[in-house]
Amino acid sequence: MEVASLHFRDRARRALADARLQQALAVVRAGWQDTRARAIRELPEFDELRDIAREIRDHVLAHLDLYLELFEARAREAGAVVHYARDAEEARRIVLELLEARNARRVTKSKSMVCEEIGLAEAIESAGMTRVETDLGEYIIQLANEPPSHLIGPAVHVTQERIAELFAHHHGTSPGDSPEDLVAEARRVLRQRYLEADAGITGANFLVAESGSIITVTNEGNAELTQGLPRLHIVVASIEKLVPRMEDAFTLLRLLARSATGQEFSAYTTVVTGPKREGDLDGPEAMHLVLVDNGRSNLLAGRLRPILRCIRCGACMNHCPVYLAVGGHAYGWVYVGPMGAVLTPHFVGIERAYPLPEASTFCGRCEEVCPVRIPLPELMRYWREEAWRRQLASALARRALALWAFVARRPRLYRMLADLATRTLARLAGRRRRFRRLPFAGGWTAARDLPAPEGGTFLTHHRRARRR
Amino acid sequence: MSEARRTLFARLRQLYARPPEEEQRARETIAAHLADREPNLLPARARVAGAEAVALFERMARRVQTDVERVAARSEVVRTVARYLRYHGVPQRLRLAPHPLLEEAGFAEQSLMTVARGAADPSDPVGVTVAEAGIAETGTLMLCSSPQCPTLLAFLPETSIVLLPTAQVVGSYEEAWQLLRARYGQPPRSVNFITGPSRTGDIAQKITLGAHGPRRLLVILVEERDAA
Repeated sequence: MEVASLHFRDRARRALADARLQQALAVVRAGWQDTRARAIRELPEFDELRDIAREIRDHVLAHLDLYLELFEARAREAGAVVHYARDAEEARRIVLELLEARNARRVTKSKSMVCEEIGLAEAIESAGMTRVETDLGEYIIQLANEPPSHLIGPAVHVTQERIAELFAHHHGTSPGDSPEDLVAEARRVLRQRYLEADAGITGANFLVAESGSIITVTNEGNAELTQGLPRLHIVVASIEKLVPRMEDAFTLLRLLARSATGQEFSAYTTVVTGPKREGDLDGPEAMHLVLVDNGRSNLLAGRLRPILRCIRCGACMNHCPVYLAVGGHAYGWVYVGPMGAVLTPHFVGIERAYPLPEASTFCGRCEEVCPVRIPLPELMRYWREEAWRRQLASALARRALALWAFVARRPRLYRMLADLATRTLARLAGRRRRFRRLPFAGGWTAARDLPAPEGGTFLTHHRRARRR
Repeated sequence: MSEARRTLFARLRQLYARPPEEEQRARETIAAHLADREPNLLPARARVAGAEAVALFERMARRVQTDVERVAARSEVVRTVARYLRYHGVPQRLRLAPHPLLEEAGFAEQSLMTVARGAADPSDPVGVTVAEAGIAETGTLMLCSSPQCPTLLAFLPETSIVLLPTAQVVGSYEEAWQLLRARYGQPPRSVNFITGPSRTGDIAQKITLGAHGPRRLLVILVEERDAA
């Protein structure tokens, strides 16, 4: 996927003017925030579970080599084949070789962020194979030829009318346009794709070290049909998905659906350990696991390590005022919202993504709702510092900030200037006591008035009060 | 071993840079953690057993659009299934898991039903299988793959019917997994935790049932003591 994160401003502006998108985002705001809040009210232990979840993730991140070793051994014992990929290119090559070795022509795929990250879909198609996304949201954006705009609702930006148009265009049928009609139509078409698939590719929400199992979580049941019907099941998963025991997975699972959609548990949580066994009546003949690093070991080594706790629930974006205003596509790459503002600069380079960590008011809602307590604002600040160090901001912004820093470090000068500014603004404001337009602050006054300061600065008041 | 594996492990070891005694300690820490079967934290809601667990299971299952019927003996299963299918206008054409509990339920004597056994066929309108456990805290079923329980029976047909002996209803996921460990040691190929019928919110954020898996899910709680 092409990186368009540098165009955040333009894309955000366009998103704000897009009525259909704004309508869709309003539904996210009203829907997922409320349902999450309700689910948490019904689980008084939620915050305690978050503390434990953070400990589990940190424990794994401190022993990744040992758990990886164990996972690999157990997965082998169960009959799975384990592959390692250092980067995106290697991961794509391994998957393509597996597909080609079995002459796979048709591939079904359930939703996987790491597959998006490594650009697997394009690679499969360039190799001349047919790929069908089986998650309904992913299927819709595949037809629309668009990237996902949300971690768990990839097609959250596509309206019902547009979906009806897409189905009519691609299926050559007009199924009616109620959600029920459209779901039934997708079910009919995709059912055929499952049955004719030569291979199924899934991601994994968790990898369980004690048993070499993978866990997938869906509401549709598409992961089970994707991995259970074809002869070959390929799992692409990043190395930080490990958990030690099923008990640890259950703790994280109690948080995942509640944080994501506000469900108490997703409809389908499936634990798969190896391929079809002796006597089994269904299941794939072969299971291959592709474990992807793609720079995660670098994240592990630095200040950004806490982002590797992420379980991809999407709560940070569901609660982000910036995401909810501009949607996912403004972010210009695979990962969006606050977690995307931390991950994208890592994967594509800060010089190609420095507007993303800027796209935050640092209100802290993301950190507040994160089920594994990732300090997202702090991690975004890391990237802001990095962008500053590399002089990526515009010359004007840098000069203005340098001037600000100069003044802020000199309290007496600062006070004098603040005092002067307060008085000048108060005098200039006139009888309305507010500014409709201000030089150099057009962006601020475009949508609202600036009230004129009244009665001097805080310090003036403070000093006066003390004297009394 | 592949070059990629070598590089990755070398990179991780270099990063952690544990001296030998610390390496030993790290290995002991994780061995102890893995040997510990204690749940991390069970929500109060999950600390139920017996009739209380069954009641909670039923309540939670209904909340996610699972249909629940209780029968006092396995001999009532067939009648319950027939009535349910009739009510929903579903053909009386069943695919059964080759499971002892279903063998003994008396489907074979039914002249008005077409009954087949084995793995699911895409044309099957109804799949009937047996759960390994029920989990009260969220009304969740735990199904285990085996020669007696093909996985896709609970995914391909539009109507999914699952038998659950009440003796196997527990409070939490952890307890269900302990049952599984006691019975199988390492997990079966596929363990499916199922909480309600298949659903999607991908169209207009409106929850719609029957996305790819079953449109309707009936759990028959079999109250016989020796039903397992």
